[in-house]
Amino acid sequence: MPTNVTLDIFRYRPEDELKPVFQSYEIPFRKDWVILDALNYIKDSLDGSLSYRWSCRMGVCGSCGMMVNGTPVLTCATFLEKFLPGPIRVEPLKNFPVIRDLVIEMSDFMRKLKRVKPWIIRDEEKSLSEGEYLQTPTQLADYKQYSMCINCMLCYAACPIYGLEPSFTGPAAIALAQRYNFDNRDQGKKQRMEALLQDGGIWECTLVGECSVVCPKGVDPAGAIQRYKVASTTEWWKSLLMPWGSREG
Amino acid sequence: MKKPMKPFWWGLFGAGGAISALFIPALLFLNGLAIPLGWIEAPHYEALLALVKHPLTRLFIFALISLSLFHWAHRFRYTLYDGLQLKHLNELVAVLCYGSAMVVTLVAGYTLWRI
Amino acid sequence: MTQNPHYTKHHPKWYRTGMPIFWWMHKWVHMKFILRELTSVAVAFYAVVLLFQVRALSQGPEAYASFLAWLKTPIAIVLHAIAFLFVIFHSVSWFNLSPRALVVRIGKKRIPDAVIAASNYLAWVVFSAAMVWIMLTS
Repeated sequence: MPTNVTLDIFRYRPEDELKPVFQSYEIPFRKDWVILDALNYIKDSLDGSLSYRWSCRMGVCGSCGMMVNGTPVLTCATFLEKFLPGPIRVEPLKNFPVIRDLVIEMSDFMRKLKRVKPWIIRDEEKSLSEGEYLQTPTQLADYKQYSMCINCMLCYAACPIYGLEPSFTGPAAIALAQRYNFDNRDQGKKQRMEALLQDGGIWECTLVGECSVVCPKGVDPAGAIQRYKVASTTEWWKSLLMPWGSREG
Repeated sequence: MKKPMKPFWWGLFGAGGAISALFIPALLFLNGLAIPLGWIEAPHYEALLALVKHPLTRLFIFALISLSLFHWAHRFRYTLYDGLQLKHLNELVAVLCYGSAMVVTLVAGYTLWRI
Repeated sequence: MTQNPHYTKHHPKWYRTGMPIFWWMHKWVHMKFILRELTSVAVAFYAVVLLFQVRALSQGPEAYASFLAWLKTPIAIVLHAIAFLFVIFHSVSWFNLSPRALVVRIGKKRIPDAVIAASNYLAWVVFSAAMVWIMLTS
């Protein structure tokens, strides 16, 4: 076991210069440290100017996503040991503008998330006296996988189409739309259609599949998108061959 | 909102992908490698002609050729778009790809009709 | 109230890395993706060859014989061999991805991915065997 390991960290300080640089830090190696521990050590002991996001440090908040040796990961869930002997390259999440150091600008994702209306939509709300909306375990199983998304945006960093096509809604937003489409309490399929089927929607996706590979929660956004493609194509043929009977969205 | 065509092209891509994945490897191996290299004896002309003339065979071959071309058209179009970032040529590429698929479909239909 | 997607506002101090034209050459995973997409060229190649074969068949025994002779030329063999590799890659990647698009649930349990993929492979084997049998017995 080595005693030290080096991290090459992407630094971007726009008040000094508009070009990013890599700065090397040598830190003690501990078997039980994750990348986030290393970053915290650097900030506490070596260089207080390093800026980065983190919160829960246990893989549920989605704040600490960064590129480590070119792969998007949650830094709180990635051990230093995996990258020995180093040096380990740490960069901000790909495909997003960088505000400073390892901090990215995520309003594009937030806008797209809002566009898919990720909430239960009812034609008519039930009154309180009618009781709760019932859901069996089987019905829960239909969408549970897609509800595990923690909005960490690793999938956006991994998706080359998102990098190439700024209007692409992206894996997490589409998976979350499907989370509601498959929820038996929801009646809002039609209202999500425009965001999913128009420019920047599911048809930009070419099933590279990297989004599902990097997802730390097993959401499988690639699968969610493919299922919507199949559903949308079946709907298209149904409405062509059987135009009567307006179907619920 | 006028009827979008994307699901239609994707549907053809999917059907073409499935039919080509299931049938082309064996056909290619037999006709393109095994028979020309002499590993398998070539079927007699009359027997093969009789087999192909059967209406079901004609339908099958037509579907195989046409759907394979539409599978290629859709996939290749997106590969050019993403792989070479030819966004500005988007419409031209689409017309060339789907257009050639349509031409081959017509030729295949005519050939199999008259065989 | 609908919103059109719009590009992130231009902020002069935010740093943006663009995507290079040959982005897919930087990582093997992306290269594999592009190769997978290019299998469609091999598929189209063989579909067109098949069309020519059927056309030759319809034009009489001499035309068919000269087509068979072309199939025996080195260039044809090489093209078919390369196409064969790509077509196999297409089939394998297609069947492996099929469980993503086809989620089937019986009662409470979802059919496992491996079963969906396996049934595709089984169909592949069955159809291929059928074709070999048809060709050998005609």
